[in-house]
Amino acid sequence: MDLDRDKLLWIYRRMRQIREFENRLHEDFAAGLIPGFVHLYAGEEAIAVGVCAHLDDDDFITSTHRGHGHCIAKGVEINGMMAEIRGKASGCCKGKGGSMHIADVDRGMLGANGIVGGGPPLACGAGLSGRIRGSRQATACFFGDGGSNQGTTAESLNLAAVWKLPVVFICENNRYAETTSTDYSIGGPDIAGRGTAFGMPGIVVDGQDVFAVYEAAGEAFRRARDGEGPTLLECQTYRYFGHFEGDEIKYRTRDEEAHYRERDCLENFRSVVLDGELLEAEELDAIDREAETAIVDAVAFAESSPLPDPAECLNDVYVAY
Amino acid sequence: MAERELTYRGAINEALRLEMRRDESVFIMGEDIAGAPGRDDPEMVDAWGGVLKVTEGLINEFGPERVRDTPITESAFIGAGVGAAATGMRPVVELMFIGFMGVTLDQIINQAAKMRYMFGGKAKIPLVIRTTIGAGFRAAAQHSDATYSTFVHFPGLKVVAPATPYDAKGLLISAIRDDDPVIFCENKVLYDTTGPVPEEDYTVPLGPAGHPRDGADVTIVAISRMVSISLEAADRLAADGIEADVVDLRCLSPWDEDAIIGSIEKTGRLVVVDEDNPRCSMASDVAALAASRALGYLDAPVQMITAPHTPVPFSPPLEDYYVPKADAIVEAVRAIT
Repeated sequence: MDLDRDKLLWIYRRMRQIREFENRLHEDFAAGLIPGFVHLYAGEEAIAVGVCAHLDDDDFITSTHRGHGHCIAKGVEINGMMAEIRGKASGCCKGKGGSMHIADVDRGMLGANGIVGGGPPLACGAGLSGRIRGSRQATACFFGDGGSNQGTTAESLNLAAVWKLPVVFICENNRYAETTSTDYSIGGPDIAGRGTAFGMPGIVVDGQDVFAVYEAAGEAFRRARDGEGPTLLECQTYRYFGHFEGDEIKYRTRDEEAHYRERDCLENFRSVVLDGELLEAEELDAIDREAETAIVDAVAFAESSPLPDPAECLNDVYVAY
Repeated sequence: MAERELTYRGAINEALRLEMRRDESVFIMGEDIAGAPGRDDPEMVDAWGGVLKVTEGLINEFGPERVRDTPITESAFIGAGVGAAATGMRPVVELMFIGFMGVTLDQIINQAAKMRYMFGGKAKIPLVIRTTIGAGFRAAAQHSDATYSTFVHFPGLKVVAPATPYDAKGLLISAIRDDDPVIFCENKVLYDTTGPVPEEDYTVPLGPAGHPRDGADVTIVAISRMVSISLEAADRLAADGIEADVVDLRCLSPWDEDAIIGSIEKTGRLVVVDEDNPRCSMASDVAALAASRALGYLDAPVQMITAPHTPVPFSPPLEDYYVPKADAIVEAVRAIT
């Protein structure tokens, strides 16, 4: 494993930051502090972080409605994220996008997406732009098991394959598209095989294991940057909360949830690095405290920020009109 | 006996239930319209009953064959609705939000709308696409549009946008029995509103406008949620002695030109209230109708109260700014009376 100390600490810091962010949103939504809809990423952190560990600031990602984790993994600043989700003027989208459209193009984060299957064609375009410029920029395209069934996803897999685009498709298969189980919605034995069908490697990865994600993504991005074309990684995972906050989650059992929580990606990471004597427990505990503090600060920043002026509604539709 | 009250949501649910009982060829499909598809556990069946609970309970009466959850694959299941309609069924397909029309537009505008015409009148497409419109849920740009005017543009489609529980039930029954494709726009902010709804089946015909308020001083043409906001404005204007004639344009295609013209002939003034964006819109369509057929009766410029020419923003003060309000209607009326 080519993970040095700094990278290991980076991975844990990002995963822990996502978990803290999402757990706080879970509480704040229940307390009535967050307008609209939020879809939480808790449980799936190993995927965003294991993938984004291979990305530079000028690489791109496309995301889903469950996009906070992708943002944090890509380096979007959490004060602006928290303010955005609260609808504040200081939010990273000035309060116009909210949780479902959270984005930071300056960080290569091309937006959470309210349209299932909205991201893959955009990822092809981001890959193409880097290719035409002759850069080694790569794009990570996150989508879910639900998104795997959209026509746009199939079309994008094919386009990326025939043009050998520097795109890595990451299907986060958390077993439920809203309420619908993959047992019902996925034809064929898995989603990875759809990549094979379009002529690219299609690999099933344990999405609870950040080391497995990191390793599989490493080879995928090497291929992408070396001009060998796209890869489809099907990362099998589980979301801890409902489809959105407020979901009563009647479509799965509490036993099933407990089973997956026993395979928690953060606990798994801690065991591996402590058993292997790669990191000290005190270092990890310090990161936990840092992450908690950062969230407290982010909430304070969001709460102390003003709401946007109503007429701000009219700005940003065009560059010029 | 007092008339029974029902919510807008309940009225739509009842229309579906009655038509499914009456006609075996009626079936419904969409994303999570029951929830937990494929699960046998009775505790799980109907886990959601639709994302906004409009189809709740239907699977218990009609089963998963006729209350069919779909994968997230809008082009395929909307198109399957078109195909099933062309081959003898009467599907009612739920598209969760009108913004998702973007995903599936080809099946609606090139297939459903044009089949009958292209085939020389030899096909019929008795399809209903139920979808939700409207800002107010803090659901941001892709889940909050009221872009029904897009569909009015296409010959071959009918477009309906009920404002009351009574009309929601009667128009949906008409839409299901109609032999052409109907886009049925439900305003999600209205789902919990209540009104009198008879228990039996009845129809409200596709075409005629509603006329919830009679007045001689100004015509207010309003659509969907804007009807109740216009009635609120009309009450305030009445306190000042201005009587508004409110036309509920519940059917957008076909539409009731005569009701609009007739009202303008009576009042000489027109205000159009529309939650959609203003360009190429129902509001501009009504204004054009007035200019072409009733210019001689108009004593003042037509006033259009619409959403601004922007997407729907997320943050509460921005979204509140976006949605037309009674204040703006009152001000517009005062400017021309």
